[in-house]
Amino acid sequence: MAEENRAKGEVGLAGEDDGRIHDLKDWVQVKFHEQVEELKRPEDTQLYKAFFRVGRIDEPRNRALHTLNNLFLHIHPTKVNRDAVRYSYTWGMGGISFYLFLVLFFTGVMLMFYYHPSEIQAYRDILDIQNSVPFGLQLRNIHRWAAHLMIIAVWLHMFRVFLTGSYKRPRQFNWCIGVMLLVFTMLLSFTGYLLPDDQLGFWAVTVGTNMARATPLIGHEGPFGPQLGMTAYNDVRFALLGGSIVGSNALLRAYIWHCIALPAMISVFFGVHFWRVRKDGGISGPSPVMLESEMHE
Amino acid sequence: MLGNWHQLWVIASNPDNVPVVALIVLVPFFTWFGLRQAKANDRLIEKLEKDPELARTHHRKTQPYHASWQKEVHVWPYLLRIELLAAIVVTVILLVWALTINAPLEELANATITMNPAKAPWYFLGLQEMLEYFDPWIAGVLMPTFIILGLMAIPFIDENPLGNGYYTYKQRRFAIWTFIAGFEGMWLVLTLIGTFIRGPGFMWFWPTQTWDPDRIEFLTTRNLDQIFGINGKWLAHILPASQQPYAELWAKGLFGIIPVGLYFIFAAWMFYKIITSTPFSRRIFSRMSLLQVVVMELLLVVMLALPITFFMRNLLRIKYVWETPWFNL
Repeated sequence: MAEENRAKGEVGLAGEDDGRIHDLKDWVQVKFHEQVEELKRPEDTQLYKAFFRVGRIDEPRNRALHTLNNLFLHIHPTKVNRDAVRYSYTWGMGGISFYLFLVLFFTGVMLMFYYHPSEIQAYRDILDIQNSVPFGLQLRNIHRWAAHLMIIAVWLHMFRVFLTGSYKRPRQFNWCIGVMLLVFTMLLSFTGYLLPDDQLGFWAVTVGTNMARATPLIGHEGPFGPQLGMTAYNDVRFALLGGSIVGSNALLRAYIWHCIALPAMISVFFGVHFWRVRKDGGISGPSPVMLESEMHE
Repeated sequence: MLGNWHQLWVIASNPDNVPVVALIVLVPFFTWFGLRQAKANDRLIEKLEKDPELARTHHRKTQPYHASWQKEVHVWPYLLRIELLAAIVVTVILLVWALTINAPLEELANATITMNPAKAPWYFLGLQEMLEYFDPWIAGVLMPTFIILGLMAIPFIDENPLGNGYYTYKQRRFAIWTFIAGFEGMWLVLTLIGTFIRGPGFMWFWPTQTWDPDRIEFLTTRNLDQIFGINGKWLAHILPASQQPYAELWAKGLFGIIPVGLYFIFAAWMFYKIITSTPFSRRIFSRMSLLQVVVMELLLVVMLALPITFFMRNLLRIKYVWETPWFNL
């Protein structure tokens, strides 16, 4: 029976009729070949389809669905202008900024496992991260340099968007969101500067927050501050530091701003920024040049 | 005199200054990279302006084009593979950077030992440099607010519809000059000064000049009213008796209005002349509303005040032009 089946080229069920296995050796052999054939096309397996929702056969519809049906990729359109993927136009700086943010998020969470935001512990934790934690030094280095690189990337992104006039109608509002992201990026970096609780961070934050004393109306050395009852113990600098000096409370506040409040805020602005890029018609170009003679008054 | 080149190397190789050194390379490169494409587009624009027939049929880009090509490509895989590549390149750069240079860690924070020089992180050195020239509330609060709001205002005051979505120089001369002047000519230059020139006590040391913490700097700056000898002596004669002790303050406060007022009028007039200097710029100007003109003039005049103050302080040794009990300019 089994011989006949195979001769006819039928797949499977060798040594098997009425649901029972008669010839175990044949059965295993056939099933094994079947399995090997299946694994050669992983895209047809249940597992693959459950994972990706779309078959892998390379046809336009599936290419589109790959982007559309994926949570992480759906911020992209399914198709873009063929010239828009050129590096020369975008410089890739917006995407690189976001990638660096992800790197910072990941390394930042890792660092948080080893760090206590208290004056007694913070500096020792940094020494510990550098000297005892496996790859801790590299972890801290990556976090630090990614932060610097992100600021450079954001500045250059802004420069590119300006040079290509991409802030013009209908993208004015998204430019403003971008300015906010620039400010948040620099504030994130600045709040992180204090966290090692070393001389560098301490004096940089001292210099930085001393400016807050001079804020008009809400700083005790600013114009009209004293007239409104501002002192060193109730003005905006006091609110930022949680005290009148850069001390334990300032460390805790910088930590909360750096690890929770600012990342949460910047994430919301990221969402709006990306969403508006799509709603405003995708990336701005390279679009066909417009001529002065075509300009309406 | 042989300069202290070793010290320059120490500053440049300070781990936290690596981004500043990188900017010295990156910003000129990308300026060139962008303006090169602008030039290519400008040539195309010129060609199309001369030949309306061609303008109707040309695909109006400098990128290669063939009628049979599809206008759009799939994000998967054509964009995503580039993004993956960019992510890998950035990761490699970060790893190499992290393996070769360690993040700085100074001694434990100590409020009794002042760091000298006490510097802000490199991206805020522009603000710290401004603190040298203006009152803290102007440099630390007003100016940053102006920068942020000014940047946000750009799309709403730029009424030039050309150059939307492509690099161009000729169609947006004034906008591009303004931005490059602000970003590179001011912000980055101030950052470089803060990094390489400001030494102990935030004193001015030329590159390769040894940072001597014991150097004594003599006060050589004067206020403008001192140069003009304003002391309120003659004003005292016409002031009511109760105000006579304050005659000098009154005289200085009133005197300062003149140069500041003159500056505002002259600078605004100069910018007006620039933005109406060509037939094209006059067409753009006529599209602008009164509010747009006023906001743009205000931002430009305030922006120009920074380099002017810089040169007055450092070259003419004039500290303030307007002294009042509440603020100095």
